[in-house]
Amino acid sequence: MIMLKVNGEARELDVDPEMPLLWVLRDVLGLTGTKYGCGQAQCGACTVHLDGEVVRSCVTPVRRAAGRAVTTIEGLSPDGSHPLQRAWCDLAVPQCGFCQAGQIMTAAALLASNPKPRDADIERCLAGNICRCGTYTRIRAAVKRAAQISEE
Amino acid sequence: MTTTRRAFLEYSGGLAVAFIAGRALAVMPGKGQAIATAPGFDPNVFVHVATDGWVTLVCHRSEMGQGVRSTLPALLADEMGADMARVKIAQADGDKKYGDQKTDGSSSIRNGYDDLRRAGATARTMLVAAAARRWNVSPNSCEARDHAVFHGKRSLGFGELAAEAAKLPVPDPGDVKVRPRSELRHVFRDLPLVDAPAIVAGKAQFGADIRLPGMLVAVIARPPVVGGRVARYDGKRALAIPGVKRLVEIPTPKPPYGFQPWGGIAVLAENTWAAMRGRGALEIEWDAGENADYDSDRYRVELSKSVRAPGTVARNVGDVDGALSKAARVAEAEYHVPHLAHVPMEPPAAVAQVKDGKCEVWAPTQYPQEARTEAAKTIGFSEDRVQVHVTFLGGAFGRKAKSDFVAEAAFLAREADQAVRVQWTREDDIHHDYYNAVNTQLLTAGLDERGKLVAWRLRTAFPPISSTFKPTNQPSAGDLQQGITDRPLAVANVRAETCRADAHVRIGWLRSVYNIFHAFSVNSFIDEIAHARGADPRDVQLEILGPDRIVTLAELGVDELSNYGDSLEKHPIDTARWRRVIERATTMARWDQRRADGRVLGLAAHRSFLTYVAVVVSVVRNGDGQIAVDEAWVAADAGIVVNRERARSQMEGAVIFGMSHTFHGGATMKHGATVQSGFHDYRLARIAEAPNRISVDIAQSDAPPGGIGEPGVPPVAPAIANAVFALTGLRFRELPLPDGGRVLKSGGP
Repeated sequence: MIMLKVNGEARELDVDPEMPLLWVLRDVLGLTGTKYGCGQAQCGACTVHLDGEVVRSCVTPVRRAAGRAVTTIEGLSPDGSHPLQRAWCDLAVPQCGFCQAGQIMTAAALLASNPKPRDADIERCLAGNICRCGTYTRIRAAVKRAAQISEE
Repeated sequence: MTTTRRAFLEYSGGLAVAFIAGRALAVMPGKGQAIATAPGFDPNVFVHVATDGWVTLVCHRSEMGQGVRSTLPALLADEMGADMARVKIAQADGDKKYGDQKTDGSSSIRNGYDDLRRAGATARTMLVAAAARRWNVSPNSCEARDHAVFHGKRSLGFGELAAEAAKLPVPDPGDVKVRPRSELRHVFRDLPLVDAPAIVAGKAQFGADIRLPGMLVAVIARPPVVGGRVARYDGKRALAIPGVKRLVEIPTPKPPYGFQPWGGIAVLAENTWAAMRGRGALEIEWDAGENADYDSDRYRVELSKSVRAPGTVARNVGDVDGALSKAARVAEAEYHVPHLAHVPMEPPAAVAQVKDGKCEVWAPTQYPQEARTEAAKTIGFSEDRVQVHVTFLGGAFGRKAKSDFVAEAAFLAREADQAVRVQWTREDDIHHDYYNAVNTQLLTAGLDERGKLVAWRLRTAFPPISSTFKPTNQPSAGDLQQGITDRPLAVANVRAETCRADAHVRIGWLRSVYNIFHAFSVNSFIDEIAHARGADPRDVQLEILGPDRIVTLAELGVDELSNYGDSLEKHPIDTARWRRVIERATTMARWDQRRADGRVLGLAAHRSFLTYVAVVVSVVRNGDGQIAVDEAWVAADAGIVVNRERARSQMEGAVIFGMSHTFHGGATMKHGATVQSGFHDYRLARIAEAPNRISVDIAQSDAPPGGIGEPGVPPVAPAIANAVFALTGLRFRELPLPDGGRVLKSGGP
């Protein structure tokens, strides 16, 4: 049995401790907002927070999450009102939308530690998140917009 | 996110998004169809007006990021006079009753604009007729707007009229009057992105997100080479992995491969992890088959040889050979673009269930009708026993127009007698793609004493898409446009030839298709000619384009032109529009001041999917020699544009898409198998590479709508290559640029 907290809720799981957290979230817990893009920690679509830190859930065995708190896109805010989610809607960032949960979760960790990021900070932080649709210029703008919203 | 009706303007970082209407309630794709939520009025398959006042509008094309769900229903609503805040958007299943559902060829608006307006106008006409009858007044004295019909100060809501409208005869769509353009409030506007709130909350359902009771997950070990098969296998170790339920051998397809499943051994398990581990534990001996010798490096040499000999004439004007022999100077250059892979962020995935003699499929498909056909064919069902629900597409770019992954799901669901999700890994996606054609071209120009172009010859060799569907190594008529036969050239002697190229992998269409390499070669070559003459590349672009005119077939030197399926009367090749996008892009980029500004710019322009696009990029070289695009300007004339905001976002995305294959792209094959396997060796542009700014100008136009999703892509690579030449003096005639664009040395002038 592995005990962990997912989006604030305690969970007790009878799963292979080596199963990546991604598949525990998606296949066992039915939290499909976290995406599978590569399984090799190369694209960032599977990004979640483990005790507030960004991890690639596709290469994180669930045993590493034991006793810890996992936050997924579904738990970022109760109603989609996190400043990043608002900024993403305001600037119409998403195209296909598949990578955006990972982008937002990565950016959320950045804003938590750096409330006023510059372009270079945003680029460094989101370097591991690929968007094939090419929404990068809007992502940069939206992270800064979210920083503004947080300030207001 | 609020769903109340409000208008607001947000401004940040140079992006203004004005929302002119309330957000519609976007019913998620993939939930199955529940269009009629209440009784009411169905004038056609696209519109349902419920007696409670809710209007349901059907989006019959697939949402893959182009914003089709934010655009098509808004157009219907506009004609109706419906209020988007009281509209539900339903995603259509694959069904011929909707007409063409193929979401490709940048065709949703260009093919749907007239028909959807007539569908909306039909609903409006009938609602107005019902109101006029109730009031005993002439329909001409009534007006439909704001979700109601008005006569003077009186009004009746659409919901109140639904029951009566439903009793009226449906007029012939041809007899229905559409609104004058001045009345359309959702055309050439920035429309709200209806699915954004769901996407940013992780609620948008993509193919792999569908969950059915008892569903198994299948991961398939496919033959590494096209046409290969399983010689023998041992599944003992795979079956021993906890969670693995069974193995299913998928039949080996016979050529032509089309959309058939690729074959191999499927591992069916309780969860994705177990299925992946199970596949890893399979011991399989492959028979590689007839394509095992394919080596893309060697093939490149073959293509180069192929274009050194005359090919089949696709286009001819004047006497090219004569003019070349008499020319004062002959310039010649060979260009090469490798196979490109789609690599959508969501690898292919589909869910199927066979129950009670019916097959139900959920898939991120661009071709819901073909997915239905292919699934039915694969399991021997008649099509009426197969239902295909369309989920969100996590990127597609043409890949998800091919139904092989859907057919796999249907086959395995039947074999397992259980719901199955087929999950491709990223490696599967890169290894078993329908690659964009690899291409080599030889361009030859004859110049007179004054440097004027007197002869132009283009030879192109690429394995055509048609080879995936029939045994051929010759391009079809439809393959011959895309920059070969439709490019206007104010040159007296012009010939285009296609040279032989055999296919050894599945060839498919990737966002903008053959335009990628034809726009690359032609725009690069024009730039080369300009520099050779010491002339401004923009001036030479305009000179070779020639005076403003409607280009005739005779001028092109062809008997016919498929013109993306549209007539030349409706969508002529208009060099004035082409010129204007060049002028607009270069003006935005301050082309004439570039030296004074200390910037290095490159330009390219192309017409594809009936849309004209010019791209200018500014490049810089960083300390480590890395070329970077620091700014890009895109000018597009797509005729009538409905959703200007999504048009801009498509152009922004096109710049990044083009940068990926310019700096990184390319799949290579050894022993018939694709070498690349992930984002480490099939690299895509990342955020730090994105220009600081991408400025997009969408022309306001009354011309019939052209495409939006693809035409931004073709000019990007040549604009970059031309800028790199201006910066370094080195001419790169091959994509991707060497070493990811790390250019250490400089060439001579």
